Amino acid sequence: MIDPLFVELSRWQFAATAMYHFLFVPLTLGLSWMLFMMESAYVLTDNVVYRDMTRFWGKLFGINFAVGVATGLTMEFEFGTNWAYYSHYVGDVFGAPLAIEGLMAFFLESTFIGLFFLGWDKLTKRQHLAVTFFTALGSNLSAMWILVANGWMQNPVGSAFSPETMRMEMTSFTEVLFNPVAQVKFVHTVAAGYVTGAMFVLAISAWYMLKGRDLGFAKRSFAIAAGFGMASILSVIVLGDESGYTLGDVQKTKLAAIEAEYETHPAPAGLTLFAIPDEQAMENSYSIKLPWALGLIATRSTTGEVTGIKDLVVKHEERIRSGIEAYDALQRLRAGERSDEISARFDLHKTDLGYGLLLKKYTASVVDATPEQIALAARDTIPPVAPLFVTFRLMVLAGVLMFFLISASLYFSMRRTIERQRWLLKALVWSLPLPWIACETGWFVAEFGRQPWAIGEVLPTFLATSSLTSGDLIFSLTGFITFYTVLLVIELFLMIKFTRLGPASLGTGRYHGENGHAAAAHAAG
Amino acid sequence: MILDYETLKFIWWILIGVLLIGFAIADGMDMGVGVLLPFLGKTDEERRVIINTVGPHWDGNQVWLITAGGAIFAAWPAVYAAAFSGFYMAMLLVLFALFFRPVGFDYRSKIEDPRWRNSWDWALFVGGLVPALIFGVAFGNLLQGVPFQFDEFLRSHYQGSLLTALLPLLNPFALLAGIISLAMLVMHGAMWLQIRTEAPVSDRARSVAIWLGLVVVLAFAGAGLWVAYGIDGFRVVTQPALDAPSNPLAKTVVAERGAWLSIYHTVPVAILAPIIGFGGILLAVLLSVLRRPGLGFIASALGMAGIISTAGLSMFPFILPSSLDPNSSLTVWDAPSSHFTLTVMFWAVVLLLPLVLSYTAWCYTRMWGKVTVDGIRAGSHTAY
Repeated sequence: MIDPLFVELSRWQFAATAMYHFLFVPLTLGLSWMLFMMESAYVLTDNVVYRDMTRFWGKLFGINFAVGVATGLTMEFEFGTNWAYYSHYVGDVFGAPLAIEGLMAFFLESTFIGLFFLGWDKLTKRQHLAVTFFTALGSNLSAMWILVANGWMQNPVGSAFSPETMRMEMTSFTEVLFNPVAQVKFVHTVAAGYVTGAMFVLAISAWYMLKGRDLGFAKRSFAIAAGFGMASILSVIVLGDESGYTLGDVQKTKLAAIEAEYETHPAPAGLTLFAIPDEQAMENSYSIKLPWALGLIATRSTTGEVTGIKDLVVKHEERIRSGIEAYDALQRLRAGERSDEISARFDLHKTDLGYGLLLKKYTASVVDATPEQIALAARDTIPPVAPLFVTFRLMVLAGVLMFFLISASLYFSMRRTIERQRWLLKALVWSLPLPWIACETGWFVAEFGRQPWAIGEVLPTFLATSSLTSGDLIFSLTGFITFYTVLLVIELFLMIKFTRLGPASLGTGRYHGENGHAAAAHAAG
Repeated sequence: MILDYETLKFIWWILIGVLLIGFAIADGMDMGVGVLLPFLGKTDEERRVIINTVGPHWDGNQVWLITAGGAIFAAWPAVYAAAFSGFYMAMLLVLFALFFRPVGFDYRSKIEDPRWRNSWDWALFVGGLVPALIFGVAFGNLLQGVPFQFDEFLRSHYQGSLLTALLPLLNPFALLAGIISLAMLVMHGAMWLQIRTEAPVSDRARSVAIWLGLVVVLAFAGAGLWVAYGIDGFRVVTQPALDAPSNPLAKTVVAERGAWLSIYHTVPVAILAPIIGFGGILLAVLLSVLRRPGLGFIASALGMAGIISTAGLSMFPFILPSSLDPNSSLTVWDAPSSHFTLTVMFWAVVLLLPLVLSYTAWCYTRMWGKVTVDGIRAGSHTAY
């Protein structure tokens, strides 16, 4: 029978390792393109300050990248180690983007990154610029393939269940690749990474300006980051991935949970800005609503309806009943009864097979499930509302704050008065955690909101695990958290150390804290 | 679908083999260098020389491992599921050791403190030693069969947890396989250091390569005898159609002494694999003696390819034999993905791998030349 503690521990481990990994990924995504911009400016203008910028921000990039690679290793193997049944059940579809990610993206990024750091004296200017470009392209391609994989977990298109092999099999690679949920998620996620890179450079440059050091270096870095950040934050907000939430049942459920929409309202639905959701009674107290907004954002129309949670539960109960039929037919097929009648019955109900599997939490014999068990399973199809409602609003709040900060940064940067706006510079330094808060809460919403499914409508999370023990998981979870925390502490130590040293760490003699830097800094600035 | 399912299943067995051999040649070299680092580098500058011979390339090389993992997921999902969860504790050991390498390479020389640097040097040592050893141990256990079985829904179950899962993996035969793997990767790293460093480091690498080469040859011969007389192989008794949809429970299998040698009777040309294994390693030793490390590196790469191929061929068509329920064993014919997915992935490899090889070659040629103590001093702020 299912051991709830073991399932819980498996989920905690995946969440912990993935969220740690994603502390490092967004900065890589954003900073890599900014390095390319800085180096392009160097190649075009021959002004050595742009080379120094590329090398200095590149040093910080490297400190971050190293832990990103280390924590990324876990992700490539963790489906097999901890989600073995998942791997068997959907590897035919899900494994393909992961393998292509390795071949197309990881090789590109990782082969060239060594030359980015160590090839300055061995490559011509243009060759080095190309190396930087391919590093950035590789990391962004990797984001694309992993989001194709993740998009399929949310909205499993281009595939069908095969009773003979007892797994999902791919039927169309292009449908998997051009899955609309994957495309929206890709744009949203990389743009969030670009914002992270921009906020990182803005905050540190602001700190140099507040200290009155390396002004020329800091202002140039700041200007690039402000421009890049503005384009990125607009993309994140305008192309927010709520537009993907009308596709497929799991996404609809997630949307209803995020919005604590218990009832289906006439279109276009209002957006709940604030409320205290009561999950038992299925209602909200103290809600403040913005009319029309949700309908417009989620369906991009004034007529699209946003289905409420109560209606979703009713619909899911029907699908569970149909899933029982599918499960019964599957059992007969697996046992060798190969009649046309059973095959036809299986084909009729097979899209609901996953809903039938939800009952395995309550009974080993799915076909004999009682009405109470069916009702419980139907209630399980709605993820806990309050955590989603709150984290989603945190993400949006962080995004809106960053929008204002970046807009002001760009404005004053263009007016060339940025070093005098001390309030803004201070606000930027203190806002450094904002992009990480937005990224982590965003992932939480996306994945916690997918529950109870590992693969939407196909495979419940509690069935997707490996056949390990809670002891195994306590050991490994403790190990990962300890190891990762030590790595994080070392990483932050080096980040802070080299941020304090600033461009002087390049040893060029042109910067703050180096002998004779005053004259040279003036020349470079 | 130009290629039929049976052919594609076979091609994918070769492709996974190519990825594993690519991993051994590329990243195995870095692991070998990591293991040698604290011993061959007597001063901080010598150690920086050693690190910088692989500094620009180790990250790209490691992708062979990651891609092999991803390719096994895509092409043999049942193997990915059963092996990685069945070897849970061993996988954790490998992962934890691998964590040391990205940070070790990048962080080591960022701070001058000798204790800091020394700690990272030993971290890089562990990051090379543990995976090199465990991968061999894993192969040693594959050859003996792994205690797992499938239930009716093809969920895999295994014996043991924590130490009761880990300790049986560390049996004498598996440890011998671990020694082969460790010795050959470290030897390969020593070949690389002979090419890319100057005396005295290159001289030290030379004697290490010569001695370890002999260890590899002896251990490989010993393992061969052990496989022939000491452990059971597995044999498929009834085999469903080779192009049937993958169902690991449809065949019957027996465990049998000497079954792992049958391929050399049925397909005599397979004997080339162990011959290349022995020949390549011995040639690498000879070329080290003659101070021709460039050719010697190619020889050791060939030798490793021969040794890995020997293990793969001896088990054919098995990939993951089960000691608990031999019928649950996974083979080339019943572990793969669907015909469609194998086709898609085949074209992905055909299009992308040559591209990868060509830009990797470009990167190596750009960074070519001896890494010297003077060079490290000149680029102190840039070099690892």
